[in-house]
Amino acid sequence: MSRWFPSPPLSVALLVMWLLLNQSLAPGHLLLGALLAVVVPLWAKPLRPMAAVRFKKPIVMARLLGMALVEIVRSCFNVSRIILFTRPDGLNSQFIRVPLDLKHPHGLALLSCLINSTPGTVWVEILPDSHDLALHVFDLHDEAWWIDTIKTRYEQPLIEIFE
Amino acid sequence: MNQGIETLPVWVSLPVTALLVLGSLIVLIGALGLVRLPNFYQRIHGPAITITLGTGCILIASMIYFTALQSRLVIHELLITAFVFLTAPVVAMLIMRTAVYRDLRAAKRDREPESDETYPCPRKK
Repeated sequence: MSRWFPSPPLSVALLVMWLLLNQSLAPGHLLLGALLAVVVPLWAKPLRPMAAVRFKKPIVMARLLGMALVEIVRSCFNVSRIILFTRPDGLNSQFIRVPLDLKHPHGLALLSCLINSTPGTVWVEILPDSHDLALHVFDLHDEAWWIDTIKTRYEQPLIEIFE
Repeated sequence: MNQGIETLPVWVSLPVTALLVLGSLIVLIGALGLVRLPNFYQRIHGPAITITLGTGCILIASMIYFTALQSRLVIHELLITAFVFLTAPVVAMLIMRTAVYRDLRAAKRDREPESDETYPCPRKK
């Protein structure tokens, strides 16, 4: 099993992607998709520095993604309002530091995708000496609120999922 | 394909139109942000709304429109969403980091970072 399917979720994703691209469930496309689903993970295996994680706690994951989606839409409107109605020199754009406890690289990757997808925040880097996350915030009002939000609403579920 | 939009029922064309207008407005505001905001670290936040809500609205509109028009489920737009979600954050992070290191290098010639700062940049103008 693991010899032929080093990462079942990746195989499923590839098959679904192929079927969606061709918009068809014809046997030929199923066969081609299945071929892709077997061959590509095997080729890609040497490129992945870490083995795939078992997909655990799908409910926590779904709740995290749902919350992130709501947050993305909400901050979209916030950023639009700021661009339209605030004088640019009244903006308080700042770098802040968020101390992170999450160590798992896949968890960090997902966290960075979620944070960067949310308008108004850009992940810069994890500072090597302190394992703090350097984050740029578009319009900063309350630094403690940001740190608290990221730690409790994003990092906690990720630690639960990945560690 | 062109025996198009006028044959659609109102309850389909209304949400499609609303989503398209909202999406285009968001894209416009994002571009406006790129023009209006004074420094680089702020300008990077403008296009972020284009990427998320702008493309989101337009893709949902496209899914509804073609599903209704062709009377079958058309959802391969989901792939675009997935690819955007995978690539856009990486680009944002790389560009941000490039800017930070460029300014760090420039700032090193001027002064030492103060202790309460994450980075010695951007300097207040």
